[in-house]
Amino acid sequence: MHGHSPLHRLAPECKTAAVFGFVVAAAVTPGEAAWAFGVYALAVAGAARLGRIRLRFILARLAAAAPFILFAFLIPFVAAGERVEIWGVGVSRPGLWATWAIIAKAVIGASAGILLAAVTEVPEIIRGLRRLRVPAMLVSIAGFMVRYLELIAEELGRMRIAMLSRGWRGRGARSVRPLAGATGAMFVRSYERGERVYAAMLSRGYTGEMPDVFNKPAPRSHWLACLSVPLAAAAVAVLARVTL
Amino acid sequence: MHAPDGFLNAGAAVATGALSAGAVGASLRYARRRLGDRHLPLAGITAAFIFAAQMVNFPVAAGTSGHLLGGTLAAILLGPPLAAVAMTVVVAVQALVFADGGLTALGYNILNLAIVPVFGGYAAFRLFRRMLPSGRSGAAAAAGLAGLASVLLSAMAFSLEWLFGASAPVPFDRVFGAVVGVHVFIGAGEAVITGLAAGAVLAARPDLAYGVRDLDLGPLEASGSRRPVRGRTAVIAGMLIALVTAGAVSQLASDAPDGLERAAAELGVSGREAPGWLPAADYAVRGINNPALSLAAAGAAGVLIVSAVTAGAVMAARAGPGGPPGAVSGSVPSDGGDGS
Repeated sequence: MHGHSPLHRLAPECKTAAVFGFVVAAAVTPGEAAWAFGVYALAVAGAARLGRIRLRFILARLAAAAPFILFAFLIPFVAAGERVEIWGVGVSRPGLWATWAIIAKAVIGASAGILLAAVTEVPEIIRGLRRLRVPAMLVSIAGFMVRYLELIAEELGRMRIAMLSRGWRGRGARSVRPLAGATGAMFVRSYERGERVYAAMLSRGYTGEMPDVFNKPAPRSHWLACLSVPLAAAAVAVLARVTL
Repeated sequence: MHAPDGFLNAGAAVATGALSAGAVGASLRYARRRLGDRHLPLAGITAAFIFAAQMVNFPVAAGTSGHLLGGTLAAILLGPPLAAVAMTVVVAVQALVFADGGLTALGYNILNLAIVPVFGGYAAFRLFRRMLPSGRSGAAAAAGLAGLASVLLSAMAFSLEWLFGASAPVPFDRVFGAVVGVHVFIGAGEAVITGLAAGAVLAARPDLAYGVRDLDLGPLEASGSRRPVRGRTAVIAGMLIALVTAGAVSQLASDAPDGLERAAAELGVSGREAPGWLPAADYAVRGINNPALSLAAAGAAGVLIVSAVTAGAVMAARAGPGGPPGAVSGSVPSDGGDGS
């Protein structure tokens, strides 16, 4: 299940803040400073090693950014600016740089996020948000969401099996109507579950505030260790901007 | 379509972040006032529902598949404020836990995937309801058309953000044409699923659907409608809207020579700039760099988005802090098994 490494043991709010700062630094780095993205990639790879997360795991999950990377590959063909010729096709030089920058930033940002999720359990991330002063209502709602997500996804799976056993085929235009019907039924079940959960909470003394039973501030050493990463990244970003 | 980090520049990220934060903050306050403490579990569990619904793939055409975005369906069923909160949480958790969409892109992702489809889609739903028969099938058809409209509004919002925060020198008219054009097809799928799913809820528990509180909930179908809307009618209406939009968008792709072609000619590169297999190849060749047309398109899109979102917000606010749809707080069946 969950591995144990120095990264796993760090307080979640420190890790989340570090990743956010790191991603901001990468996002504002000019794409022309290619070396800076090499430094960022090394930092992510080093952190992955420290957290005993295999690079293959991160690469497999990068697929989520694929549609925008596809869009990025179109940019050189439609962008304005000076033309260069590659394989007999005229493309825009600024467009090529933009493609590189979009892909580099997307990959760095997504890898950092994947790494955070890999070394932090989901409820811990949510709890960390609360200590980062994210509005308590949003944090509570996110907590309910991740708690019930698996349940509702399983319900969807059961509906699917029921539909298949009644002769539904998951292909073709005719399969859409039952699928939409199941979606509607899933909404009704989710809404009713929400009301039952609320009633159950009321009966256990809920007053509108979720008690924060895990409220232990992160040790200073965790903050120091984590914030050194975005600080270094910010230094790299500044250097990249100045030396351009 | 969750944009990654650095897709728009820092200014656009901060500006859209501020807009989204304001809209979400107002929605949260409003949802709490209207629903009391109940809004927390309801928003959380319906957010989980949206997340699960987005995992359902349905066939579109020729072996490709799409999935529900869900903003408008959520707005019709939950009411815009609660739907905006739930959609925001979905987008934020997707970014934070599943690395789907960048952390620094949260501002524009929340704006495009939560705020615009929820409020704009709800305004479109109310507009279409006035034009269609008032019964359940009319409401379902209006929901479907609103789903299509919300996807197009989102695509326009994204193009406008590109106008202000582009990370590449691609002219606005090309981005607008390509993004809105592609989303006509995505919106068609959204329309079918939104309409049918809303119809299923209206058939089973019409009291739960916020957007049809005015519906006569008699035991007999069509008590308030003169004639039911058929699925075919809704599909034809949706295709008409798609055609009109596609026609308007294609106006941007006229045959006038543009800066790109001129530049290519100067450099001695003739013929097509992009290979024909690229979906945007047509725009690369025929897309124009016409400032007047770009201005008109950007202006029209901006007016459309702002007025739709504002109208949706005003409708939601005017509804007043009455009871939630289907709220029977005194007689909620207690179920200990779900609380833990």
